[in-house]
Amino acid sequence: MGLLDRLTRGLARTAERLAQRFDDIVGRADAPGRETAALDVDTVEALEELLLGADVGLGATSRLIEGVTKRPRTGTGLRAALTEEIRDIFAGVTAPPVQPATPPRVVLIVGVNGTGKTTTVGKLANRFRLDGQKTLICAADTFRAAAVDQLQVWATRAGVDIVRANEGSDAAAVVFDALTAAKARGVDTVLIDTAGRLHTRVNLMAELEKIRRITAREVPGAPHEVLLVLDATVGQNGLVQAREFAAAAGVSGVVLTKLDGTAKGGIAVAIAHDLSLPIRFVGVGEGIDDLLPFDAGAYADALFRPSW
Amino acid sequence: MFDALSNRLQDVFQSLRGEVRLTPETTERVLREIRVALIEADVNLQVVKAFVDRVRDRASAQDVQASLSPDQQVVKIVRDELLALFGDARGGLSTGGARPKVILMLGLQGSGKTTTTGKLARMLAKQGKFPLVVSTDVRRPAAIEQLTVVAGKAGVRVFDPPGDLDPVSRARGALVEARNTGCDVVIVDTAGRLHIDDELMGELVAIKDVAKPSDLLYVADAMTGQDAIRSAGEFNRQVGVTGVVLSKIDGDSRGGAALSVVSVVGVPIAFVGAGERLEDLDAFHADRFVSRLLGMGDVLSLIEKAEEVVDSSTAASLEEKIRKNTFSLADFRDQLRTIRKMGPLEHIMKLLPGMGQLKELGAQKPDEKQLRRVEAIINSMTPEEREHAEVIDGSRRKRIARGSGTSVEDVNRLLKQYDEMRKMLKMVGQMTGEAVPEAPRKKKKKGPFSLMR
Ligand SMILES: Nc1nc2c(ncn2[C@@H]2O[C@H](COP(=O)(O)OP(=O)(O)OP(=O)(O)O)[C@@H](O)[C@H]2O)c(=O)[nH]1
Ligand SMILES: Nc1nc2c(ncn2[C@@H]2O[C@H](COP(=O)(O)OP(=O)(O)OP(=O)(O)O)[C@@H](O)[C@H]2O)c(=O)[nH]1
Ligand SMILES: [Mg+2]
Ligand SMILES: [Mg+2]
Repeated sequence: MGLLDRLTRGLARTAERLAQRFDDIVGRADAPGRETAALDVDTVEALEELLLGADVGLGATSRLIEGVTKRPRTGTGLRAALTEEIRDIFAGVTAPPVQPATPPRVVLIVGVNGTGKTTTVGKLANRFRLDGQKTLICAADTFRAAAVDQLQVWATRAGVDIVRANEGSDAAAVVFDALTAAKARGVDTVLIDTAGRLHTRVNLMAELEKIRRITAREVPGAPHEVLLVLDATVGQNGLVQAREFAAAAGVSGVVLTKLDGTAKGGIAVAIAHDLSLPIRFVGVGEGIDDLLPFDAGAYADALFRPSW
Repeated sequence: MFDALSNRLQDVFQSLRGEVRLTPETTERVLREIRVALIEADVNLQVVKAFVDRVRDRASAQDVQASLSPDQQVVKIVRDELLALFGDARGGLSTGGARPKVILMLGLQGSGKTTTTGKLARMLAKQGKFPLVVSTDVRRPAAIEQLTVVAGKAGVRVFDPPGDLDPVSRARGALVEARNTGCDVVIVDTAGRLHIDDELMGELVAIKDVAKPSDLLYVADAMTGQDAIRSAGEFNRQVGVTGVVLSKIDGDSRGGAALSVVSVVGVPIAFVGAGERLEDLDAFHADRFVSRLLGMGDVLSLIEKAEEVVDSSTAASLEEKIRKNTFSLADFRDQLRTIRKMGPLEHIMKLLPGMGQLKELGAQKPDEKQLRRVEAIINSMTPEEREHAEVIDGSRRKRIARGSGTSVEDVNRLLKQYDEMRKMLKMVGQMTGEAVPEAPRKKKKKGPFSLMR
């Protein structure tokens, strides 16, 4: 039997084993009489695997573990200690989104291909409208096939207006049109959907900078919020994405999508720590209501709750 | 996309230079680094463990390799084991089988199924086939329109019965349509879904049951992290997967997910997606992929890409030259010309050896103007100079600079870069040829194009 066959068989079983791991670790570490004892090597190693397995990454994992092992063991439990560590990271980066003195507020949505930008724009538009804000969607993805049609459906579902141009036209020009319309119509919030792009594509990143400049020129202080849409299944490249999009587009917050799957999006912890970027919302499905405000405590809990 | 991994491994191997024997301590040191590198590259922890154990086993039983130095031994073992993981299969589509051939695309949301459907249809049409594509994605807004647009660009037929919003009946209808119209391939695009969504996984099985595909292609995003084994594993368990398409490898993710997915599914990588355009679908070759993983740069992939532009005999002779290390300045120039014909430079450069440093070069990436300057310099040389760069002395350099309207420094830089490239090519030639691999050298701080700043 080849290596591959053996691996394949072994891996099928690991999911089940992983499911019990954290409870086992916590159970052992917090067993009566041991709940104030220092963490042993096995426990630390198991924690490490758990965090790495959630895509938290080596850097953030070793920082979290260091934090936990330095904490005095007062008997409140290992789970609580780790949750605290993670909450602390997010607590440090909860800068609220900028509210402009006069509307419109401009929200720019960016990210690599297929992460859920367009869907998130639809969900956000609905949310804002329900909040009583007059909302306008701008379809600045003029590149991908049927991207505008897709967004049109979302605009209709959310019951908001959309400014669109034909496929292949200039993204910055549509943004200009949308902002002009927003000012004329007394819109409160403009949501700009952009084409997915890999951060390695220099010219496409330059296009984002251009869009940013135009919003700033047309609306003072804009964009007021730049949301990086991150797919929870992403691995270590998520940190690179965040860094590059932050540099080119001035990202101010993260939306972590597809958390309804089995991936945990742990790289967002590293992003919060390294780049001081808060998570604003989480996407938990493909429906219009499947967007929740981020809650660090709930997120930390979910990180240690096997979802498979 | 594997830059950081290759750099790290190169550093490890570099640190081993000068040691005469592979002691257990050395092995452990190397294995630690490899473990870290693989985790950072998003290879699943379980896969990493199995891989590292395997390399350890092999390293301790290495008497057969007594003729190699320690670093050579490790390179060889790591390379062999990676190759073993990817298997010997050549990827691509299955051959033979029923007509029309049915290909089913599956995977998580946003992984690249619809785009890959278009790419594949275009590729098959170019090979003289008559593909018919059908979308069974009745859920995502404008998913059907997206496939229609993509098929239009690919110049292939779409089956889209208006008003039919039943995925299974759309798939069934497409098969009938294909038989009636003489289409020999049907590609069935499906909605993205989560592996834990029982209802939608059931729908996929129902589509499979009527379509009876010979090829079930799981489209996996190259940027995926640890979860890759779970999702791919479940799709495989519940529906079945015959091949993997690794999409979005044009980014800088290290692509460890490829290792995870292939490990859990146990099937080869059929294709890789290297961009949003329909022509960005490439064949996967385990040996070249592993060379790339190990930082060898993928000259062979470049050659393959070039084949679409230049004729294959030119490419074959280039390959021969790389193997024999007779790569001249004239070849260097020809290669630049080919590159210019091949389009987006960032894309092509990733395939060249030494391009791991692309990031370090940052803004100094060559543009058309700089490429033209290099060409001008080489054009100003005599045939003898182009074939035997070592004859180019000081006065010749001055003449060449004058002739090409550049400076002597420009000429010096070009020659230095050519020299470095040749050294790297020599290495690649040895890694890919029959010869025993020579130890990888510490990568130069500059890539072949850093002269053009
Ligand atoms: N399960 C799940 N799927 C989601 C979520 N958000 C988006 N999706 C799905 O992910 C896929 C891609 O979503 P899009 O909104 O088109 O992504 P995008 O970032 O706009 O994609 P591009 O514009 O092509 O870069 C679609 O199938 C969505 O339905 C989520 O929170 N959970
Ligand atoms: N850079 C790059 N982008 C890609 C590649 N393949 C697909 N994409 C992009 O990824 C995004 C999602 O692609 P789709 O083909 O819509 O993905 P899908 O799997 O059909 O998505 P759903 O149907 O929503 O599940 C689009 O923006 C594509 O242009 C690739 O190889 N490289
Ligand atoms: Mg979109
Ligand atoms: Mg699709």
